[in-house]
Amino acid sequence: MDMRRPPRTVSDPKVRQVGFVTPSAAPPTRSLSDAPTTVAAASASSPPSGEISLLGSSLSPVMIPPPRHASSDGRPSAPVAVPNPASSLRRDSLRIRVGSYNASEVVLGTPPSASPSSRTDNAASEFSEETMSPWHGRSGTAKVASSFPGSSSEMIVMKTGVGGGGGAGSTPKSPLTTASVVKTLPGISEKEREVLMGTQNDGAGASKTLKEKTTKAERRALQEAQRAAKAAAKEAGAGVKPSTASGSAVVANTKQGKVVKPPPQKKDGPQIAPPSGSSEKKVVDRPPEKDRKKDVPAPRMQFDDKHRVEKAKRRAVVNQFEAKNRVELFRHLPQYIHGTQLPDLEGKFFQLDPMHPSVYKVGLQYLSGQISGSNARCIAMLLAFREAIRDYSTPPEKALVRDLTAKISSYVSFLIECRPLSISMGNTIKFLKNRIAKLPDTMSESEAKSSLQSDIDRFINEKIVIADKVIIRHAVTKIRDGDVLLTYGLSSVVEMILVYAHEVGKQFRVVIVDSRPKLEGQVLLHRLVAKGLNCTYTHINAISYIMHEVTRVFLGAASVLSNGTVYSRVGTACVAMVANAFRVPVLICCEAYKFHERVQLDSICSNELGDPDVISRVSGRQDLNHLDNWADNENLQLLNLSYDATPSDYVSMIITDYGMVCFY
Amino acid sequence: MARMDFEVVVLAGGTSRKLNPLVSQEVPKALLPVANRPVLSYVLELLEASNLKDLIVVVEGEDAALRIGGWISGAYVDRLHVEVAAVPEGVGTAGALRAVASYLTANDVLIVSGDLVTDVPPGAVAATHRRHSAVVTALLCPAPVSGPSDTGTSGGKEKAKKPVRCNIVGLDPTRQYLLHMATGAEVEKDIRVQKSILRAVGQIEIRVDLMDAHMYAFKRSVLQDILDQKDKFHSIRQDILPYLIRTQLNSEVSDNGVIKSESGMDNISSQNDLRWLSQHREIAPSAFQEPHAFGLKSLPDARRTHKCCVYIANESKYCARLNSIQAYSDINRDVVGEASHLSGYSFSAQNNIIHPSAELGSKTTVGPQCMLAEGSKLGDKCSVKRSVIGRHCRIGSNVKIVNSIVMNHVTIEDGCSIQGSVVCSNVQLQERVVLKDCQVGAGYVVTTGSEHKSESLARK
Repeated sequence: MDMRRPPRTVSDPKVRQVGFVTPSAAPPTRSLSDAPTTVAAASASSPPSGEISLLGSSLSPVMIPPPRHASSDGRPSAPVAVPNPASSLRRDSLRIRVGSYNASEVVLGTPPSASPSSRTDNAASEFSEETMSPWHGRSGTAKVASSFPGSSSEMIVMKTGVGGGGGAGSTPKSPLTTASVVKTLPGISEKEREVLMGTQNDGAGASKTLKEKTTKAERRALQEAQRAAKAAAKEAGAGVKPSTASGSAVVANTKQGKVVKPPPQKKDGPQIAPPSGSSEKKVVDRPPEKDRKKDVPAPRMQFDDKHRVEKAKRRAVVNQFEAKNRVELFRHLPQYIHGTQLPDLEGKFFQLDPMHPSVYKVGLQYLSGQISGSNARCIAMLLAFREAIRDYSTPPEKALVRDLTAKISSYVSFLIECRPLSISMGNTIKFLKNRIAKLPDTMSESEAKSSLQSDIDRFINEKIVIADKVIIRHAVTKIRDGDVLLTYGLSSVVEMILVYAHEVGKQFRVVIVDSRPKLEGQVLLHRLVAKGLNCTYTHINAISYIMHEVTRVFLGAASVLSNGTVYSRVGTACVAMVANAFRVPVLICCEAYKFHERVQLDSICSNELGDPDVISRVSGRQDLNHLDNWADNENLQLLNLSYDATPSDYVSMIITDYGMVCFY
Repeated sequence: MARMDFEVVVLAGGTSRKLNPLVSQEVPKALLPVANRPVLSYVLELLEASNLKDLIVVVEGEDAALRIGGWISGAYVDRLHVEVAAVPEGVGTAGALRAVASYLTANDVLIVSGDLVTDVPPGAVAATHRRHSAVVTALLCPAPVSGPSDTGTSGGKEKAKKPVRCNIVGLDPTRQYLLHMATGAEVEKDIRVQKSILRAVGQIEIRVDLMDAHMYAFKRSVLQDILDQKDKFHSIRQDILPYLIRTQLNSEVSDNGVIKSESGMDNISSQNDLRWLSQHREIAPSAFQEPHAFGLKSLPDARRTHKCCVYIANESKYCARLNSIQAYSDINRDVVGEASHLSGYSFSAQNNIIHPSAELGSKTTVGPQCMLAEGSKLGDKCSVKRSVIGRHCRIGSNVKIVNSIVMNHVTIEDGCSIQGSVVCSNVQLQERVVLKDCQVGAGYVVTTGSEHKSESLARK
């Protein structure tokens, strides 16, 4: 185990960087120069240290480790003929085995010295485990990992707290661009940057020291140094009222900060009393603490927590029967028997009182799978909310802001019961709630309602419809005559790109890769062929054969996370990996509203389970019924995952409505 | 606002000719007792259980409307808010709807036939309708096996052999869309399926084991348009529904206003994009979504379509319509038998219901799946099997009642034998009358010692 670890720490840091920053550019300065292209460059500049240390210490078992030649390949300008695909493939597969097995070993056999250290060192890690933190594994290693980035990112969160008031007021057009860094007062940003740099160094030091098994005292000293730096930064930040522009920068940082759950101030305050500035910190701390709580999303429900599940069930509108043979590794995800919920919910159509009909309709459509795809789901939800707001009237003796927020929350929880939210929907809900909260008190009810409705309209229009058009324009420039484009599954924006490129007269061929059980690619095939495109259709098991002829891969995404991981339909990672091995550039098309600040390293901790029955059946083959009644066999568990995470190493470029971002 | 934006219209009908001599001026079809409750109460209580309390009941004929209105206001005071509308006789279901159409305001209308006895939740139909944004959604249920299933008598067997009036229903492979519908009379000839529909879905599943339960959810605007434009349409089932199915790929109904109210974006140019995006993955019969073509270059004259959907009731649900005498006895038998949860009574240990005020003579037996309402008296050595006996009946000694329905205030003298028959209110059966598979109209007097088999007896 130890033998294998050092090489990875050597090879990783460069590869696993957060955000979309290029390695060549010095992160902080780069963000000043070309704002539109480096989306969230400032956010990228801050936490790579945390990332690196984290990745260095634990690698999740599912994540496919990046190939060694990650830095050289994937440049979209050079679709070089693959010199020796077989060998590169073999190397990859070798690495996969090493990575996955090794990592699980790490999880099982945590070095005994590491876990106690984490406990004593930073009580926050425990806290962060029970609240939402994307990488809380149950293993000791994960704990160690989360503790250090936590401490290093405290700083970022502090900034959030300071700018929290102004941060929310960012214009809806640019919650993700951090062009605003340019506009912030130079003094502050400079200071922040300094602090950031300091933190980075600290973080790097921390990760190093951990490996060297530092003493307790050393670590404490380190932490205190960080604390002091943070307090200084806060004072500097608190002095100036942040403008909306700086606010948006802060938002970007907030998102970063939220990912790594900030260690609670209350908890470690008494435990480790920092000698310097403890009293004043508390004074300053209070309001940010509150703000932060508002910002931090509620802890995601862990479905292996029996007590909580029971509670949730009692509240649930949708009757949920738990699936029988659950896969051990995925017990924390919501898993219910599919097929029983829909008739049950349909029968209750008239019984549910507070539900708005349009919300109910959307819930049913989610549940029946009639609406799927994150754009479609998001639009459907927004339109339903729009209608609900239109029909809303504030009950007497209640404030619109509060009551409507509660209403929307109840709708959202109903929708979650129908199907777990997609990340894009989560972002959208956050946007909507923010708009509601920001309604001025002086506004009359009808004004408020119409303003919210037009906000929703604008969101749909700007963030989805127009964003798609912009993405199409960008992407078409990447299609040249004679190209062979490969796509996987059914992505609305990729389809639009292909059709548009065909309409503007580009000569190209399309390879549609599909997979069971949904076979969504057939729909795409049907539509493209009807439009006169030259298509090839194949299944994902033939991906390595077809990849020879492909010159570009266009993929859609459910979300792009802040470490560059692409969260998308299951199978995407495989396609991207093979493309990468063949030196075929992978272009991810994703609207910016789907970006999320979460960092996810594997597709275990957050995923969605589909109906296991559908993978036991093969369409058109009634005779293949060996898995009928599989649920009766306790030794058999079927797993139908909906999403997977593609590491950023396999992605050459992300095309968003703000421009194209290169990955290297 | 109506609940979930749905309004309910119950078509209670008038005096059906098919049910002669059971129905009369005094007892319209809706008030025919099923297990000693008017048949309409089953629908009303089903709706009440679904929280649908604002109803419009349409009745054919002024007298019948008065009677039904009187009964509803007595039985459902404080429970339901019912408006009874009277329409002239013979206008058909479409005509009945036309009379109340102008009062409807909600987005969708649920139309239920008053003779339906079922436990399928109307919400399920409504939810399916909503989910698909359909123009019409029909409730289909497995066609009931006609005739007494458990008696084993020859009569029952004969009836079971008789070909059931079957419907031909064409569904798409996912069994959600209604593609073809033909009623019993048209079945003898060839079935004509529209080529365009077949091409659109690729595959049609033809079913004959489904029954149209006459519970429909309609989009209100579309229904009103059709009622206005097609004034020849007489019935929902024979005119409106086939029309909608026929034109679903080439819609003539103005679906436009509906779309606008759905999304209502101020930016019209993005309409198509939006629809396209939001329906992107809807892998329905492919042709249904083709028209919303790609937004950047939307087709100028996209074909308009609408959806006709079905909700197919689960086999375990009970669903029957009281539209024939045979159905009447079947439903009576089922409501006290296998579908006993519908009756709303609690059954005794012997699996029957005997009102405490009923008096039984010595050595009289009342078998399982029987019902004996209040105030009825049975003499000695009587035997009642699988039958329903109404209120205040006086029944003498040595009377056998099997598989029969005896309504209220009936006098049956000693030594009578009644099998498979329906005896209406105020009938007098004198001594040693033998009835088999007969229907006796209200107030009729059957003279001493007469024997009848498969006859319909009524006052002239």
